[in-house]
Amino acid sequence: MSSHTGKFGEYGGQYVPEALMPAIEELEDAYERYVLDNEDGFMDEFRERLADFGGRPTPLQRADRLSERYDVEVYLKREDLLHGGAHKLNNALGQVLLAKYMGKERIIAETGAGQHGTATAMACAHLGMPCEVYMGRRDINRQRPNVFRMRLNGAEVTPVTVGRGTLKEAISETMRDWATNVEDTHYVIGSVVGPHPFPAMVRDFQRVISEEAREQIRERAGRLPDSVLTCAGGGSNTMGLFAEFVDDEDVDLYAVEAGGSSLDVDEEAGVAPNSATLSTGTEGILHGSRTRILQDRDGQIMESHSVSAGLDYAGVGPELADLVDRGRVHAVNVADDPALEGFHRLSQLEGIIPALESAHAVGYVEEHHDELGEVILLNVSGRGDKDLETVLEETHGRDIEGAPDINTFETTGGFQ
Amino acid sequence: MSRIADAFADGPGFVPYLAAGDPDYESSLAYVEALERGGADVIELGLPFSEPIAEGPTIQSAIVRALEAGMTPTRYFEFVEDLDVDVPLVCMTYYNLIYQFGEGGGPADFVRRAAEAGIEGFVVPDLPAEEAGPLREACDAHDCELIFIVAPTTRGERLERIMSQVSGYVYVQARLGTTGARTDVSDRTAESLERIADWDVPKAVGFGISTGEHAQRVIEAGADGVIVGSALVDIVATGAERGDPAVTVASKLEGKARELKEGALRGATGNERPHPERT
Ligand SMILES: Cc1ncc(COP(=O)(O)O)c(C=O)c1O
Repeated sequence: MSSHTGKFGEYGGQYVPEALMPAIEELEDAYERYVLDNEDGFMDEFRERLADFGGRPTPLQRADRLSERYDVEVYLKREDLLHGGAHKLNNALGQVLLAKYMGKERIIAETGAGQHGTATAMACAHLGMPCEVYMGRRDINRQRPNVFRMRLNGAEVTPVTVGRGTLKEAISETMRDWATNVEDTHYVIGSVVGPHPFPAMVRDFQRVISEEAREQIRERAGRLPDSVLTCAGGGSNTMGLFAEFVDDEDVDLYAVEAGGSSLDVDEEAGVAPNSATLSTGTEGILHGSRTRILQDRDGQIMESHSVSAGLDYAGVGPELADLVDRGRVHAVNVADDPALEGFHRLSQLEGIIPALESAHAVGYVEEHHDELGEVILLNVSGRGDKDLETVLEETHGRDIEGAPDINTFETTGGFQ
Repeated sequence: MSRIADAFADGPGFVPYLAAGDPDYESSLAYVEALERGGADVIELGLPFSEPIAEGPTIQSAIVRALEAGMTPTRYFEFVEDLDVDVPLVCMTYYNLIYQFGEGGGPADFVRRAAEAGIEGFVVPDLPAEEAGPLREACDAHDCELIFIVAPTTRGERLERIMSQVSGYVYVQARLGTTGARTDVSDRTAESLERIADWDVPKAVGFGISTGEHAQRVIEAGADGVIVGSALVDIVATGAERGDPAVTVASKLEGKARELKEGALRGATGNERPHPERT
């Protein structure tokens, strides 16, 4: 599955301005030497830091009450317990460390939900690198706790005001910065997207999730799972969780996308009220690679939507797109409402407040547990602290089973 | 020799850029025509894409205005047909728009339609030489030029690869970064020009040129032409912001074009070096 050519079937490649090409070739070389060949013990140091600083391995937990509710065995891979509260640290730490090995002096990153920005800021503080994070204005407003965390860790957070002010615009802006400062700066891209070698490299940094999960579930359940599920925005936790299971043909892999408020598209307005790129997107070129994207008939990129900022993106990793085309991965989606329901479900039944991104996967299990076999592995890609404000706001006025009545918080004055 | 390369044959070429449809279809037609009156030798006409990753804030805003005013690839080709200019036109856009046009899945339909409308060349900033095979083929089939950018970071094998693919002119990026008017002209321009001195296509320098004096210096440094975008787009932006009549903005554009062209001409006076297209 690993790609040295940068192509996954017809997807992948390198579609970037000429000024960036030498940096990308330099990165390709560094990826092959340090990551694939462990030159200078790079991967050993990476693993050591993931353990000591990151808190790996993360647990695999049997979810007793969910298992009882669905009458199947549900196991949770607890990436929410990784330092920083999401799987994003695996990649951020890997790339910042790689940038150090390459002799780079400055780190830039983009962030949607803020989790990747936070992870990058933490890795930079840990390794002593200056860090600037681009974030859409709208995402800054809906993910304030993470903005604060990034700044606490010494990163500069730069708002991006163009367009709708979400991840798509932040990525474009970070590419511009990179094109200007490419000689001493490394761009830590936040998912398995962008030009080669990013999709392969980010997957290899995230692969640790499935290396652990595969061993852990064999130990706990005595066998491999029937189905493996996780949310897919750009697809990094997705590829990280799937990587070691791809060759296990009996294991069904589910990438759960954000169905948003609807799968319909308003071509005229250039808006997709979802972020279900794998389910509804078409082949095209965005942010440096050929992949599935949300676009109108002319090829203009659409504005996407999801209640969760981390899934709100018009593209997806090229390798994941290829696995879906080849029928190895099922691309499914869950709308905003059932995702919110999944959020409350996991909070109440297991005492785990998941990221809204991960809540999509929980929502899918709630709706489809009959079809998923006896043993289910579900990735909790991150924790939901960053989403509390959004959830309070979004739950209000919706009919979400089992959700607390938000008004009662207001009248009891419990927050004062 | 193609009309595009020809445009650099009798002295320094002046290559202005505007985004088609900025701020609206009709004004934009008048603005592009004003550039020719001001002395343009080739015009780069931007087809707006929603994610212009190689552009700085000035051109990015122009693209947003044009998209909001309804510019699409189909409208763009009508725009080219409606234009009353004689100088060769180069289409500057991003690969996804080229790839999706018509039946989609390849550049052939786009290039055919563009050539039919009167486009004679293409600049595609997110398409490096490695991925450009299909577009090169389509261009050859329709006698169009494919112009590549050489950046200050481009060296060694990459230079060879670009040299073997480029036609029309080579776009020499004066400094790192995105497009945008600057007040100085980078030393790296001269270095970049030196690296490609023996290429047999005209060398046009762009990124950051905003005055006649810059244009002069760039030509003095050995360029065959200057490419100017943001300094012109700024005039369109200011006009749109203030609600100035299109004729006023057009005459300012014409004046600015003349300043740039004259600067380029000054740079060539007394510049005795042999010109690749004239020898
Ligand atoms: C907790 C969490 N899960 C998932 C995602 C989606 O990203 P990816 O699909 O790359 O895993 C994000 C993105 O911010 C996230 O914060």
